[in-house]
Amino acid sequence: MEISVRRKQGNFGIDASFHGAESGVTALYGPSGAGKTSIVNMVAGLTRPDNGRIAINGLCLFDSAKGIDLPPEKRRIGYIFQDGRLLPHLSVRSNLTYGMHRTPVGRRFVDFDQVVDLLGIGHLLHRRPARLSGGEKQRVAIGRALLTSPAMLLMDEPLASLDGARKAEVLPFIMRLGREFAIPILYVSHAMDEILNLAIHMVIMEDGRVLACGNLEDLLLRSDLHAYFGRDESGSVISTIVDNPEDSFGLAHLRFGDKILKVQGIQAAPGTVVRVRIPASHVAIALEPPAGTSLQNIFPGKICEILDQGAHFVDVRLDIGCVLWVRITRQSCLDLHLKPGRPVFALIKSVAVSLGTFTRIGASDFLTSCL
Amino acid sequence: MDFFHLTEVELEALRLSLWVSVWAVAASLPFGILAAWVLARLRFPGKSLLDGLVHLPLVLPPVVTGYLLLVLLGRNGIIGALLYKYLGVVFAFNWKGAALAAAVMAFPLLVRAVRLSLESVDPGLEAAARTLGAGPARVFFTVTLPLTAPGIITGTILAFARSLGEFGATITFASNIRGQTQTLPLALYTLTQVPDGEMGAMRLCIISMLIAMAALVCSEIFARRFAARLKG
Repeated sequence: MEISVRRKQGNFGIDASFHGAESGVTALYGPSGAGKTSIVNMVAGLTRPDNGRIAINGLCLFDSAKGIDLPPEKRRIGYIFQDGRLLPHLSVRSNLTYGMHRTPVGRRFVDFDQVVDLLGIGHLLHRRPARLSGGEKQRVAIGRALLTSPAMLLMDEPLASLDGARKAEVLPFIMRLGREFAIPILYVSHAMDEILNLAIHMVIMEDGRVLACGNLEDLLLRSDLHAYFGRDESGSVISTIVDNPEDSFGLAHLRFGDKILKVQGIQAAPGTVVRVRIPASHVAIALEPPAGTSLQNIFPGKICEILDQGAHFVDVRLDIGCVLWVRITRQSCLDLHLKPGRPVFALIKSVAVSLGTFTRIGASDFLTSCL
Repeated sequence: MDFFHLTEVELEALRLSLWVSVWAVAASLPFGILAAWVLARLRFPGKSLLDGLVHLPLVLPPVVTGYLLLVLLGRNGIIGALLYKYLGVVFAFNWKGAALAAAVMAFPLLVRAVRLSLESVDPGLEAAARTLGAGPARVFFTVTLPLTAPGIITGTILAFARSLGEFGATITFASNIRGQTQTLPLALYTLTQVPDGEMGAMRLCIISMLIAMAALVCSEIFARRFAARLKG
């Protein structure tokens, strides 16, 4: 997908150009008001860029230079809105088939029963949207968009209006979309945990502009973007391979490089790739290998860089064979005389990298086993 | 004489009233929905002028509206002369004139009710339907119009009731001709002007009340049905 748009709306201007993945999930990440939804609306054809070009898999939807501007109904784009937007006067079944009936039979590649089955909404078909829960509504909205057999899916914070439990209910379905249908997905979110679960590619936006764009893991490791991910999101993402899903103590052994990270046991076959997220605030630094400790994960490494994080904290980038971010107080940093180049030991609590705080994604075979 | 037995004059007035009102509402409904949509959704210079024009019959004395209709649409009126010359249509002094007068008087009520309902339809739903492959016309008929149903029903009932009660504009524009333009209120007025007319006037009064009540009950039932439908 190729998106390059400029639009002025009041005091706010959008000026964004990026390429997204031709298949799989591209995350559009940024704080509220960064212009993410504006971009998605322009791709859908609901608002018109002042100038630019939008093309999906070689199909040009908008090109101001050539005077191309397809109306929304001709763009073949499935749009899943934050608020669902199911048609309240129609049953769930009629909502699902509303777009399907307007897609020529020869162009349909998504089957009604398959979608109903995938999203688990078979028992809801005769209900009206008013009698659905938030999670059910969002699942129906996803099905409705899919059934138009779109060339692309747009998801504008589809989980933002849901609480934690409902999120957990819908997320696996979105994870399966990319696998079962070879459709590029542009996924808008400001929640890093969702993006880590879904995306391969990421576009970071701020004030209507693209700050960075590229492979998700590469972006997460870039120190110039580190501060941008903010206090809560700060952390490291490490791709590991399952060595032993569960040892006799219930811990999983995950290999990265020549090192083994021990975390709470997971359900995954040995050899599968797992993306692990380690929050920076859950890692400690020691100058010598600690003796008599309960910690399972102790890795020798070297300090690469130290970044200020406000008045009280610093973020330290360690090289332990891969990049590991550590957040400590400024006081500790001074007491330990930490500076770039100094060899140290990184201490990670196994429970910190538990199923709750780390994210397991990326490899499709792993998805199969965890769903 | 039985109190409940309608005389020929009263029966004629009742039949004519229903006929005139049904025509007035049916003919003005598409225009009413269009006007409501234009006022609710479009922005253009002169919008407040159109808004004022639509609402004028609500604030003008009905006799003034009737007189304006006569000037504009009478047989020798500015528009009326053209209509007669090219289409052979005459409005003044026949039931069509009565229907037109009723329609004009009821129009603001119709537009107001439909517009209120249209404004509560989330444009986001229409946008969603567009992304699902429906063109603007299809979106209007499959999303906007069904969701405006409560307003259309309320507007229709209000307009129908208003048409039934129309007096001033009708008598000015279409006159008070028995069997032609003498609707129920006109007949009632006429009966109050003649000796021994009290019984007839009372019967027409009761009939008017019954029709009005029936209209209100119908509107309520439809509104409830619709709300129940949305709740699933």
